[in-house]
Amino acid sequence: MTDFALTTFSSKGKLLQIEYALNAVAKGDTAIGIKAKNGVVLVVEKKQSSILIEESSVQKIALMTDNIAATYAGLGPDFRVLSQQARKLVKKYDLKYQEEIFVQTLSRELAEDVQIATQRGGIRPFGVSILIAGYDEEGPHLVQLDPSGAYYSWKATAIGKQAKNAKAFLEKRYNADMEIEDAINTALLTLKEGFEGQITPTNIEVGVIRDDHVFRILPPSQVKDYLEELE
Amino acid sequence: MSGIFEYNGGSIVGMKGKNCIAMACDRRFGQQMSTITTNYQKVFKIQDNILLALSGLNTDIHTFYALMEKEINLYNLKENRKMKPTTFANLVASALYERRFGPFFVTPIVAGLENGKPILATYDSIGCKSDLDDFQVGGTGGNYIYGACEAFFKPDMSPEELEEVIGQSLVSGCDRDALSGWGGVVYVLTEQKLTVKILKTKQT
Repeated sequence: MTDFALTTFSSKGKLLQIEYALNAVAKGDTAIGIKAKNGVVLVVEKKQSSILIEESSVQKIALMTDNIAATYAGLGPDFRVLSQQARKLVKKYDLKYQEEIFVQTLSRELAEDVQIATQRGGIRPFGVSILIAGYDEEGPHLVQLDPSGAYYSWKATAIGKQAKNAKAFLEKRYNADMEIEDAINTALLTLKEGFEGQITPTNIEVGVIRDDHVFRILPPSQVKDYLEELE
Repeated sequence: MSGIFEYNGGSIVGMKGKNCIAMACDRRFGQQMSTITTNYQKVFKIQDNILLALSGLNTDIHTFYALMEKEINLYNLKENRKMKPTTFANLVASALYERRFGPFFVTPIVAGLENGKPILATYDSIGCKSDLDDFQVGGTGGNYIYGACEAFFKPDMSPEELEEVIGQSLVSGCDRDALSGWGGVVYVLTEQKLTVKILKTKQT
C-alpha cells in the first residue's frame, strides 16, 4: 500500500486527477434531476452497448433508504461502491438515533468518503458524479456530489454527456411553482432533447418521490404513459 | 464491591403531566455510610426541551452526562438543528449499549417535550429503553418512591399539581432510604419555561 497520494497538486494549483475524473463523468450517460415543490424526479439514460444485454438487470437509480435515492453519470462500478457505502451510513445513523436521516446529512457524510479518495494514499478519486434525491422533514431535496467531494443543492440540474445543453434547457423551463407531475414531464422533455436515437421505456429509468416520503422507480409501463403524454 | 449502584446512593424520578414533564432528584453524594456533599447535581438540562436525570455511581453520572453533552453539541453543529427528545432518548440507549461489556453504572431517565407532547424514557445500565409509563424512578430510593407515586399520581396534571406530586413522592421515598436525601430538587418543564425548586427532606 503506497503512502503517498496519487492526487497531488499541479504547479498551477489544480488537482488534475479530479479534473480527469470529471472528464470521465462528462463522458457518461446523461442524468437529470428536478426538484418540484412537492417532490423530486430523477431521469437517467440507460443506453445499452448491445441488444443482447438483459435490460432489466441494469439498475441505474439505487435506493439509499425509503425516502432517498441516487443516480449517477460516469463509472458504474464506482457508483455501486458508493451506493453501498451510503446505505451503510444510513443504517449506522438509524442504529444510533432511530430517526430518518436528512438528505443533507447523508450527502455530507458520503461526500467525506468521496473526498478521502482525493487525499489518502494509493487510491484514485471516484469517477462518478451522483445525484441524490430525497424527501425528508425539511422537504424535497436534490443534491449533486462530485468526484472532488464537493456537493451542491440544486433546484434542477443535469450531469453527464448532455449536461450543458440540458441545463440550458432547464434554465428556461424551470419555475419554482412546479408540481411533481410537471417536473416529470419537463425532465423527460429535457432528456429527449439531446437523446441519440429513439427514447423508449426500457432505455431510460425514471424515479420519483412525492410528499409521502416514498421513493418509487417507475415500471416501464408507467414510463410509457409519460412518454406518450409528451407527444 | 457489594452493590456498585448503591455505593454513592441517590434517587431520581420523572413524571408526565398535561403538556408538561417533571423530574426530581435528591442532593446527597455519599460513600457508603459517609455523606460527602449535599448539593450534588443529578438532573441536567441537555437542551431547552430535554432533561436527563442520572442515578448510580457518581463518577459515571458525571462522565455519562459529559458524553451526552458532547453528542448533542456535535449534533447541533453538524446537523444545524436541535435534537428531538425521542431522538435523544434513542441516542442514550445506543450510547449505553456501546459499553455493553464494560457498562456505565448509571440508570438514566430522559424527559422532554416534543411538539408539546411529554416524552419519558428510562433505561437499565446497558441501554434497554422503556417508555411506556407515566412515571419512572431510579436509584437506591426508587422502590420507595414508586409506592408514593402510585398513591399520588393521576394522569394529565397541570404543572403546579405535577410539581407538588413529584416533590411529595421524592421526599417520602428519600425519607425512607438511608442513602438518599439531604434535600431534593424539582424541575418542571413546560413549553414556555423550566422551573427549578429546592425541597427540604429529613436532614439525615
